[in-house]
Amino acid sequence: MSSVEQAPVGAPQRRSVTPSRGMSTFYRHYGLQAGTVLMAVIIWVIFVFGSSETWLHFDIYSSLMSTVPVTQSGIIALTLTLVVIAGEIDLSFGSVMAVGTWVFMSCPQPELGLIAGIAAGLGVGLLNGLIVVRFGIPSLVATIGTWFFWAGIVLVGTGAAGAGTDFAGGFTTNLLTGRIGGYVPAEMPWMMGFALLLWVLLNRHRFGAHVYLVGDNDQSARMMGVRSDHVKMGVFALNGAAAAFAGISSTLEAHYFWPTVGSGAMLPTVAAVFLGGTSIFGGRGTIFGTFVAAFVIGAIEPGIVSIGLTGFYTQVIYGAVIVVALIVQSAVRGRVQR
Amino acid sequence: MSEWISESLAPPGPLLELHGVSKWFGEVRALEDAELVVGTNEIVGLLGDNGAGKSTMIKIVTGYHRPDTGTITWKGKPLTHLTVQRARDLGIETVYQERALADQQSLWRNIFMGRERTTRLGLLDVGGMRADTERLMVDFLRFTSQAVTPESYVGSMSGGERQGVAIARALHFEAELIILDEPTMGLSVTETRKTLDFVREIKAAGKSCIFIDHNIFNVHEVADRVVVIDRGHTAGEFKTSEITVTDLIGRMKLLAETGTLDGRAATGAEA
Repeated sequence: MSSVEQAPVGAPQRRSVTPSRGMSTFYRHYGLQAGTVLMAVIIWVIFVFGSSETWLHFDIYSSLMSTVPVTQSGIIALTLTLVVIAGEIDLSFGSVMAVGTWVFMSCPQPELGLIAGIAAGLGVGLLNGLIVVRFGIPSLVATIGTWFFWAGIVLVGTGAAGAGTDFAGGFTTNLLTGRIGGYVPAEMPWMMGFALLLWVLLNRHRFGAHVYLVGDNDQSARMMGVRSDHVKMGVFALNGAAAAFAGISSTLEAHYFWPTVGSGAMLPTVAAVFLGGTSIFGGRGTIFGTFVAAFVIGAIEPGIVSIGLTGFYTQVIYGAVIVVALIVQSAVRGRVQR
Repeated sequence: MSEWISESLAPPGPLLELHGVSKWFGEVRALEDAELVVGTNEIVGLLGDNGAGKSTMIKIVTGYHRPDTGTITWKGKPLTHLTVQRARDLGIETVYQERALADQQSLWRNIFMGRERTTRLGLLDVGGMRADTERLMVDFLRFTSQAVTPESYVGSMSGGERQGVAIARALHFEAELIILDEPTMGLSVTETRKTLDFVREIKAAGKSCIFIDHNIFNVHEVADRVVVIDRGHTAGEFKTSEITVTDLIGRMKLLAETGTLDGRAATGAEA
């Protein structure tokens, strides 16, 4: 009997370490995401106190649910997250929105146009990837080039003239921008669907595993048999397709096609990705973080206006958000790598 | 002359044999009539000065370079067109120190890097891969610290542990021959100890290893046999059980001074 008591001397001590291990694991894996949520709550509370008549009624949320996913291109921020995790960047998505929408507008049949528009976006995205991978041009520079190029092509093709979207009629317009139960904009479930699909792709599919590996250490990923070039072309293609979808959807929401659609999309989209905790150095980032951050970014402009400041502050805050988010990440990265 | 090495000291039933291998890079002769035999379940240490031809030899074994002359034999069968992919399929795996791991990813993602397992639905078998990683941690890596889990980032581990992760990965995927190119470079004494322990684990797992290190003490300690490369050809070999490390150092010194391991101008077998 006494031997039974003596035997496991070290065991209880060791077990007592387990909870702190659990906490530190949680902190390291979800710390940035928890931080993003905390920041969202703080900003929301500030807005509620600043202008309760705006932020305690459903209208503002209904409005955010239609603008954040497509006009502020939250859906593109989700796919851009994959591009950035893979260690690249795409700045051309604003004009890819225009290309996709232009193709959509050029089709006499709206359902066919939707497919053709998204396919065009996919193709332009693939071309971005091809330029980056085959010619080894840094994506930052390459996509600035394609950004201007495609914006120019759309302006030339349309003669800079807009057009109404009445031809799209009932089905397509309702599919992308209808109001579910008369209240919830269809853009919201679309964005949630995109987020869910991309989460599975990123966390539960080989492609996503390779996106992380390529962004973290391209050379070792290649050595271990990861087809890095295909992975990179894949994320650019996805981003192009999402851009076309967002362009078409925001055009249908506005009932009018401007050839410059998407020209204002870059800042809030990029801000959402970095605010959501995705590392500019590649290899780290989450869909969840970007999702929450997209709504924070989307709420900044109406929030500022509702508490009585001039809308010019919006850009100041976007810029500050990007810089601060990057500094925080850089600090976190330094700690992780020791 | 080209037969003596394998016949004399290597255990019977060799895994890999290089005979009469030469390699030229333009006018530069990297290897000439070089010999290397690796036995089944044997740790072979490769010694030689910088530029002696060690890395050329390794790159030939891994299919990166094609030899100009000579034969490569794997388990008794000749390999004519060895490519990098072919070498990997055969079970020849090279472990590079810094280039093999993705620092910001978890341990299990590193173990299964490029060889992720999927379920029938085509989705990642995350649970299975985590469980396998946990098993490797206990059985092979012997990570006793409770702070290390399959979810731990590889970037937070020490140099010796990282080396262990890379070796564990190779063993997990049934590598027959693991090539370690300068695995202790830049490591502290304790981390070097850990790495040498992992090399012994390769032996314990019944696999073979080519171990390259500048430090003769490290090589003598873990290798069953040492092969000395000098100016592109195989200068000789010793069983580590039959030569002390002091003698080995003496021989290497003689080699540097006279060009032969016994100090005579003639070529011949050493033991």
